[in-house]
Amino acid sequence: MSQTSAQSSQKVSNTGTQATRVIGVLAIVVMTWVVISGLSLTSADVVQGESVRIMYVHVPSAWIAYVAFIVTAIASAFYIFAKRHSLGFDRVAGASAEVGVMFMAITLVTGSLWGRLTWGEFWQWDPRLTTTAFLFVTYIGYLAVRRLDGTTEQRAKRSGVVALLAVLEIPLVHFSVVFWRSLHQRATVLDPNGDVKMDGLMLFTLFSGVVGFTLVFMWLVLHRQRTMLLSDLAIERRIDDAILNRQNESVGN
Amino acid sequence: MKDAGFIFASYFLTIGSVLLFAVVTLRRARESAKHVDDEHKPWI
Repeated sequence: MSQTSAQSSQKVSNTGTQATRVIGVLAIVVMTWVVISGLSLTSADVVQGESVRIMYVHVPSAWIAYVAFIVTAIASAFYIFAKRHSLGFDRVAGASAEVGVMFMAITLVTGSLWGRLTWGEFWQWDPRLTTTAFLFVTYIGYLAVRRLDGTTEQRAKRSGVVALLAVLEIPLVHFSVVFWRSLHQRATVLDPNGDVKMDGLMLFTLFSGVVGFTLVFMWLVLHRQRTMLLSDLAIERRIDDAILNRQNESVGN
Repeated sequence: MKDAGFIFASYFLTIGSVLLFAVVTLRRARESAKHVDDEHKPWI
């Protein structure tokens, strides 16, 4: 392939498709609603006051981070256990983990700001906070493993094993408020008794946040895993070119 | 609004991080796409 031919078709050759454009537009619409409703339409909480507005970004980020890490584990399991070890699964796993780490970082920072307003401290070595920080660091480690030297197959196998182990931390994080005495409040929406004590618009805004963040997650993962494929192909091509040049040099000598 | 600084900072950091990630991803995609033929892009 000549580089000119690839560049001439650049308009249609990026990672966007009709589906990603639809998802992107929907994500912008839903997130705009969440920001407007979260900052101005919903009322202040009886106990927490205005600081409850942080919940509309904090809680969906945490849930989507969990979803992202579960997707990473499922995709890794497909790569490791399926008969045909498709690298597509590995790329989905890697892309999902990257997006998950970003959402987990957002969760930690927004939680820290919320904690300052409700507890008077940015950080406490509380079971929920500590296990969440541990989960975050684990997935930073997962991303570091993906960057180790080796072939794409080695990368997929190593990181797949790490992903399958790391996902076991999620129940620990989620139930940390049940297992140990914690400053962090227990599940409000996912209360096992189904007793949701929240105003209708607040609940709707919170669920809109979950939908909006899910759309953002899908959009980012689709683009990121396609970019990973392009990067892998570009690296393969550079290696092929280098081998060809070396062969030509040896023939010339 | 009471505690507006903390609340706006939360929203700004959240939206800002997502936008930054999206922009970096699209720029990387555009750069990588230059070096790969359309026939190797299964989504096209």
